[in-house]
Amino acid sequence: MAKIGVFICHCGENIAAKVDCTKLAAALGEHPGVAVSVEYKYFCSDPGQESVKKAIRDNNLSGIVIAACSPRMHEATFRKACAEAGLNPYLCEIANIREQCSWVHTDGDMATAKAMDIVRSMVEKVKRNNKLQSIEVPVTRRALVIGGGIAGLQAALDIANAGQEVVLVEREPSLGGHMAQLSETFPTLDCSQCIMTPRMVETAQHPKIRLLTYAEVESVDGYIGNFKVKIRMKSRYVDMNTCTGCGDCMTKCPAKKISSEFDCGLGKRTAIYTPFAQSVPNIPVIDKASCIYFKNGKCKMCQKSCQLNSINFEMQDEFIDLEIGAIVVATGFQVQNTAVYGEYGYGKFPDVITGLQFERLASASGPTAGKILRPSDGKEPENVVFIQCAGSRDPSKGVRYCSKICCMYTAKHAMLYAHKVHGGKTHIFYMDIRAAGKGYDEFTRRAIEEDEASYVRGRVSKVWQENGKLMVRGVDTLLGKPVTVAADMVVLATAMVSQPNAKEFAKTIGIAYDEYGFYNEAHLKLRPVESSTAGVFLAGACQSPKDIPDSVAQASASASKVLALFSKEKLEREPVIAVNNEATCAGCWGCVLACPYNAIEKKDIRDRSGRLIKQVAYVNPGLCQGCGTCVTFCRSNSLDLAGFTEKQIFAEVMGL
Amino acid sequence: MSEPFEPKIVAFVCTYCTYAGADLAGTSRLKYAPNVRIVRLPCTGRISPMFILKALQKGADGVLISGCHPGDCHFTHGNYHARRRWMVFRALLDFTGISPERVKFSWISAAEGGKFADLINSVTEEIRNLGPFDQYQQLIKETESPATL
Repeated sequence: MAKIGVFICHCGENIAAKVDCTKLAAALGEHPGVAVSVEYKYFCSDPGQESVKKAIRDNNLSGIVIAACSPRMHEATFRKACAEAGLNPYLCEIANIREQCSWVHTDGDMATAKAMDIVRSMVEKVKRNNKLQSIEVPVTRRALVIGGGIAGLQAALDIANAGQEVVLVEREPSLGGHMAQLSETFPTLDCSQCIMTPRMVETAQHPKIRLLTYAEVESVDGYIGNFKVKIRMKSRYVDMNTCTGCGDCMTKCPAKKISSEFDCGLGKRTAIYTPFAQSVPNIPVIDKASCIYFKNGKCKMCQKSCQLNSINFEMQDEFIDLEIGAIVVATGFQVQNTAVYGEYGYGKFPDVITGLQFERLASASGPTAGKILRPSDGKEPENVVFIQCAGSRDPSKGVRYCSKICCMYTAKHAMLYAHKVHGGKTHIFYMDIRAAGKGYDEFTRRAIEEDEASYVRGRVSKVWQENGKLMVRGVDTLLGKPVTVAADMVVLATAMVSQPNAKEFAKTIGIAYDEYGFYNEAHLKLRPVESSTAGVFLAGACQSPKDIPDSVAQASASASKVLALFSKEKLEREPVIAVNNEATCAGCWGCVLACPYNAIEKKDIRDRSGRLIKQVAYVNPGLCQGCGTCVTFCRSNSLDLAGFTEKQIFAEVMGL
Repeated sequence: MSEPFEPKIVAFVCTYCTYAGADLAGTSRLKYAPNVRIVRLPCTGRISPMFILKALQKGADGVLISGCHPGDCHFTHGNYHARRRWMVFRALLDFTGISPERVKFSWISAAEGGKFADLINSVTEEIRNLGPFDQYQQLIKETESPATL
């Protein structure tokens, strides 16, 4: 038989002024199953809590209802009091008669009647509450950072500097990401490589960081604190242990005319190569598709030139299994394929280039050693047109959003060009100048006022070639007139889009993504670095277009979340999770479809001789977040949500 | 003149958005009709059509379902499940002869205390105009009355 204690709080005058607490306590004292029904001025006060504890002990109560303020205020307080009195904390329910009753109604009788309904319904619920134990999950204190761009490096270094182990996985042969490709950075115009390469070296030499380059995440299983990750180490065909990075192999390689990915097609590389001179690790890889030996079975020039015998054409991909406690996803972005803008002639006219290609031209370590030269004839352009929002904010090209960084880098390009080519002219076609950020608006003003960038507000409709010039036809919407500019070079500020395999990769690690393939945060405002999956965090442009300061800030935020997770040996979680009745489960897997967290697995039920009888759903308590969507989905009523069971809710409704 | 009919309305709300919005209405001391009784759930995705039927069977004159705005669900897409379920269930409700007007569906965020108060007032008024829900009681009476030719 239930022995429920009802404690009606006056909250000073807050409740008692509208709700007749004495009448309420008396009426509830008569309710079946209620053993104690008392009122008091402040139950949350120390003497108030003591009186609750005493009532629990003296009457051996089987559950309590605190009729007071919102559970969001004091549920934790009274659960703790319950535990101290020897009652399971989950046998405590709060009836909200302040925020949702006394404060919002004017008529005393009506408020009292409503309070009566609210408390009675909670009494009916608590009668059916079960003793629950908070869930403890062990934590493996080792973080996996996926992506070796600036966001990944920052997260890895922050975690490692706090003394925790990090495994950093990068799919390219070298760390660096997009930031290593940039020339100078806004709004300070400091050299990107000068700030990036020391971080790369620091990461590689850090005793707490295990660096896996030219590697990809193959699969992720498990849950927060206990992930099992399989990494594919792609075969470099170069022994990392013996190679010193002398570069002899690269000078001897006869396949020299391969378009360099790092230089965005503006430079050439060999078949055995490092992406750029400051690569970390400085160990080359053989590009199997371009290697003459792999194509024709003859050559091996690199092997002959290598004095350390580091080249091994027989090398195979290797797999590494890791136990990981938390994952930081920092997989970055790519620039949109400008082929969607046929009217701008990208790919048709060699002097129409993307912003990233311009970065390589302006970079001191780039294919032109920092000189701005036209890809077609190597001449210095006298007139450059920049087209902003080439792709961004254009639903017809599939990108509705603003890529955020293009206004700034276009202003930077105009400045770099003005500094390098004296007397050169720039025209920038723009929609709006979006320069929100510390020192950003001042930076764009500088481009306009000091470096004489000519901003034209309007879109470009067409680019064509005429007498060796690129003719750019656009409109100046401020003058209301069409304009045509004869340019030597056109730079497109192409949209930042998600990585080509972003969606498949999200499925591999089990996180949610938006329509563009950017990864979703758990809450846009309050949980911006957590993914939808517990223990997986986001950093950098894989979540949304970001500049360097934002990527670094988010990476550090992710690192702090990882460190908070690693601060305890075990995780404690509220036991509000779905549980399955395996006897009735029919294995229809509707719950698997419904679950937003991939928390439901298929479990084999076997008889004593090991024969498979059936498969049923198993809810992983580490992954389940307790939303209850699967419970409602369940066709056989096998699933139920602890703390909000069908029985409890029906009782609550019947009590109203 | 008899007293105006006071409907009884049961609301199923999620704890993250609408319940918090209702709390905000309280802390802002907004005043609204006292006819709604709230059942707090972790997410609108937890709401089974059976809860709605149970409330109507128990004597509620109307039911309100409210959760986070689309895209804002704490559990990423529980509210989409709730919405889809409601679209299907509404047709069934209509088929059984219960006016779908008696069940209201809305989105209220934790910041929309004012909207919560307005919604409660408007829903109460609409249900008041529909009158008491007594179809179920009548049905019980009919099935219990002796069969005649």
